[in-house]
Amino acid sequence: MQETDRILRVNNIEVKYHEVILVLKGVSIEIPRGGIVGLLGANGAGKSTTLKSISGLLKVEVGEVTDGAIEFEGVQIHKKNAVDIAKMGIIQVIEGRKVFEHLTVEENLRVGAHLRKTGSVKDGLGLVYHYFPRLKEKRREVAGFVSGGEQQMAVVGRALMTEPKLVLLDEPSMGLAPMLIHEIFNILTKLNSEERISILLVEQNVKLALNVAPYAYILENGRVVMDDTSERLKENEDIKDFYLGLSEKGKSKSFADVKHYKRRKRWLT
Amino acid sequence: MELFLMTLISGIMVGGIYALVALGWVLIYKCSGVLNLAMGELTLIGAYVSLTFYSMGIPFILSIVLTLLIGIVLGILVERIFLDKLIGEPILAVIMVTVGISFFFKGLVEFIWGTDIRIFDPPIFSLKPVSIGFLHISTVYFWSFVLAIVLFLVFVAFFKYTRWGLSMQATADDETAALSLGVSARFVYAASWAIAFMSAGVGGALLGNINGVTISVGYLGLLVLPAVVLGGLNSIPGAVVGGITIGILQNFAGTYLDQYFPGGVKEIFPFAFMAVFMLFVPYGLWGWIKIERM
Ligand SMILES: Nc1ncnc2c1ncn2[C@@H]1O[C@H](COP(=O)(O)OP(=O)(O)OP(=O)(O)O)[C@@H](O)[C@H]1O
Ligand SMILES: [Mg+2]
Repeated sequence: MQETDRILRVNNIEVKYHEVILVLKGVSIEIPRGGIVGLLGANGAGKSTTLKSISGLLKVEVGEVTDGAIEFEGVQIHKKNAVDIAKMGIIQVIEGRKVFEHLTVEENLRVGAHLRKTGSVKDGLGLVYHYFPRLKEKRREVAGFVSGGEQQMAVVGRALMTEPKLVLLDEPSMGLAPMLIHEIFNILTKLNSEERISILLVEQNVKLALNVAPYAYILENGRVVMDDTSERLKENEDIKDFYLGLSEKGKSKSFADVKHYKRRKRWLT
Repeated sequence: MELFLMTLISGIMVGGIYALVALGWVLIYKCSGVLNLAMGELTLIGAYVSLTFYSMGIPFILSIVLTLLIGIVLGILVERIFLDKLIGEPILAVIMVTVGISFFFKGLVEFIWGTDIRIFDPPIFSLKPVSIGFLHISTVYFWSFVLAIVLFLVFVAFFKYTRWGLSMQATADDETAALSLGVSARFVYAASWAIAFMSAGVGGALLGNINGVTISVGYLGLLVLPAVVLGGLNSIPGAVVGGITIGILQNFAGTYLDQYFPGGVKEIFPFAFMAVFMLFVPYGLWGWIKIERM
């Protein structure tokens, strides 16, 4: 693909917390403009850290990109602070549905619009309510008291209010009922295709992610151990074993237990 | 009976001023978690600044507006110079810095204005009391109360309805989530100090009108501490109820207890009450109870 097709390029980054805790040991990710890319991996693999490195929120936790580079639309951003990165159009939806719980649903959305011109706040709300009709019903309710699914919609809607170019979604399906997950992922797909918003999707629900994202990276222990089209990942034996639970070996405790040696050898060459 | 009612009413009126100052304190605490022990000195500065403008022949209301403007500037400067570097430091360090700020401002006031008592001259409010039915309320109390409440409502409206106010509330709720949307916590901290300086400044100007302007206005400003403890530290309705309760307690202590404990009982009583109150209601009346979902 051409250079200009990539909205984001993460180039072999190394990330440390508190100057000593090495968490990412060379992660490279490319996101095509208008695309959806999955980022998958077990607990503690470094998925959230990767997102925080891109959005700049890493600095709040005293983390730093110590090597490599992150480029957004051709501009190096890994030294910039979170506010500037957000203004450039990268918005991270942090894991755990962090609504502003004492504000109403609509006030939550308005906070997302704080950089917009006054007139367009209404347009923004209109757009969010168009994609999330449920939020319109709940708009006057205090966000701390609406259901988990509605909170997830509210934080995605809030990100949408900023008119983002790239949204970094951290485990949007976590703790939600299957019906709701289905609903939310349908909306995400629509947002991607109709509003041309690029998405980097972190998920532990691998089946789901591979259905939504045409391309995905597998992260393990701070390294990308595999990346491929979702079609091919779905057919991969190890992925089936560990993440999709399709074979009899699916009960293994860790991805690392599954044909570990063979896998390493194959992926590192 | 009449004495009782008069004491109650003037307590409520002074309490309105405390509520205004308490609002500023609560905003700083809510937005940045800083326990500000310099609030008394902020009121002190307000009293002297407004007095100075007034002595220059500027009308009182305009002096108040200028005090507000100076409050914005001082608030931002103080936050930027003293507190910005302390983000993420232990809370005790931050509290000690606010104590340092209080000494600094007290020294500055004594240096610039000296220690003599000063009054707003010519008097702003007529000595003829406002009469409501059989109650006669001193004009200065009445208008101070009205002005304090109006300003209080303006600040609350700012906080609830403007995008900057919403950003402040968002930061108070979840700083990282706010930052993820591009809301700068540094901006919010500075804004909360600016509002605190404004509310305390005007509170000081009003208190100075009632009691005359001396260093002791600072002690009155310090009464916001029992007020906010009563209200629950981070609650705006709590600031109103706390402020007014303290005003009432203080006035009753002055009217009824002074004959038994002559001297400072009026000043001490609210603090004594706070200490006893905290034994029974450690989180105050409206302290944030975390929203827990099943
Ligand atoms: N603020 C921090 N300070 C120090 N270490 C951290 C910090 N945040 C994360 N880590 C460590 O970095 C590693 C990766 O964490 P990260 O949150 O990125 O994983 P994750 O893939 O998102 O996991 P999960 O699926 O559980 O969310 C973990 O070992 C974690 O302990
Ligand atoms: Mg995570």
